[in-house]
Order: sequence, then C-alpha cells, then structure tokens
Amino acid sequence: MSSVPTIPPLTGTITVDAPIDQAFHTFTDSFGSWWPAEYHIGQADMGTAMLEPREGGRWYEQGVDGSECDWGRVLAWEPPHRLVVTWQINGQWQYDPDPAHASEIEVRFSADGPDQTTVTLEHRHLERLVDGQALRDGITGGGGWTSLLELFAKAATNQP
Amino acid sequence: MSTNGGEGLRVLGDPTRRAIFELLARHPCAVGELAQQLPITRSAVSQHLRVLKDGGLVVSQAQGTRRIYRLNPDGVTALRAYLDRVWAEALTAFGKAAQAAPSDPEQEDP
Repeated sequence: MSSVPTIPPLTGTITVDAPIDQAFHTFTDSFGSWWPAEYHIGQADMGTAMLEPREGGRWYEQGVDGSECDWGRVLAWEPPHRLVVTWQINGQWQYDPDPAHASEIEVRFSADGPDQTTVTLEHRHLERLVDGQALRDGITGGGGWTSLLELFAKAATNQP
Repeated sequence: MSTNGGEGLRVLGDPTRRAIFELLARHPCAVGELAQQLPITRSAVSQHLRVLKDGGLVVSQAQGTRRIYRLNPDGVTALRAYLDRVWAEALTAFGKAAQAAPSDPEQEDP
C-alpha cells in the first residue's frame, strides 16, 4: 500500500497547434527557450536550461556566468510520445542528489491530428520531496515552500 | 547539499506513518478509523500521529468527543499550489513556443 503516492499528483494539459514531432522537440531540444527563467535554482541568473536527449541524460540549468545546476535526470526518452524526468529540487530550491527524494514528471504527447497535439503532464511522488529538506524547512517552520509561494505571488502580480 | 545536523526528521521514512499519511490524504479520519484499516493498535496509531503532528504534516481538530486528523493544509497544499502554478505557467510558455516553431524544417526558406 505504501507504493501508492501519498500526495495526489499534479496534472496539466495543453493543446497546441503543432505536429507531434514539433511539440516533442520544442519541449525537449528547445527546453531553455520557453522555460520561465524565474524558476531556477542557481546562484547566477539563468542563462538557459537543457535536457539531454537520452535516457539517463541530465536536466540542468546553465547560469549566465556558465555555472551549472542539476534539476534531475531523464528516466524515459521515447520521442515523440513520452518523456519522464525526475525533479530533485528541495524546499531550499537546491538539487537533492538522493534518488529517494526524487519526484517524477511524465509528459505525454498525443496527436489529435496532423497539426494538433495534446500534451499531458503529471508531476508525481511529491511526498518524496516532502520527505526531504522541504519537510523540515518548508513545512515545520517558515522559509522553504512558504516563502517561495510569497515570492511567486509577487512575481505573478508584477506580470502584465 | 547533504543534510547536515545529524539525523534528519524522517517523518515519512517509516512505512506505517506513510500509510497513515496516505489514508489521511484521502480523507480526514479519527484514530479509531485509522486503526481499523491498519494492522496496528489504536495506541500505536496515536503515537505515529503524534510524530506526524510534531513534524507539521498533520493537524487535528476536536469534533464532539472525537479528534479528527487531516493533512496540514499549510504544508502539503503549499507545495502543490506552488508547483501547480509553476507548471501552469511553464505549459503556457511551452504552448506558445511549440506553435511558433517552424512546422517543417525542410520547407523553411532561408
């Protein structure tokens, strides 16, 4: 019974007017071109973010100063239909190398037609993140996720 | 980046506590209801609940003569809400990028 996720996964869906190959490759090869740059963990401002196109590949950001910070690993690489990566970022907004603290993101691409693709995203095993640093710092006392939420709220309100 | 300060508060490292946490994620429960669904005694459930509560994962509220336990909305909800917003924004940005990309590189004019 403990293999069932203890925190309900997050899901998101978007339909894009693009062929399935284009949708998959935009998501992966051009990851850094669309990922919102404010969501990053490095000390330096984010220059770009990359997802290495293979199973076991790194998912990481590169700062404007050239420094690199890991986010996770590619678990499944099945172009153009499916991608699974880990998200190993704890409540301190730092990479946590412990695989026991890795949440997973599965992205599925399905062709609705030659020029339309539905992309479904699931972020699961969130309890593994909670079991890390976030538990101590984010949930028991201020800081962590709570202050990130405040930062996010500020960022969101500043947007047009 | 390793956890410093000796033993971390591995509240969910215990399988029974994970099971309790999972049951409470489905719906709030009293101690008795939890004990019925688990192969442990009421007092063992109470002890685990105390650890979960001390860890900030669970909160309780008196309802008549019973005490109802549920997940701490400030912890788990905050985590989910934050990530939910991250993904909503990221998918929107992705959608724009995917539609802006050239549909067929071979037909692209220089």
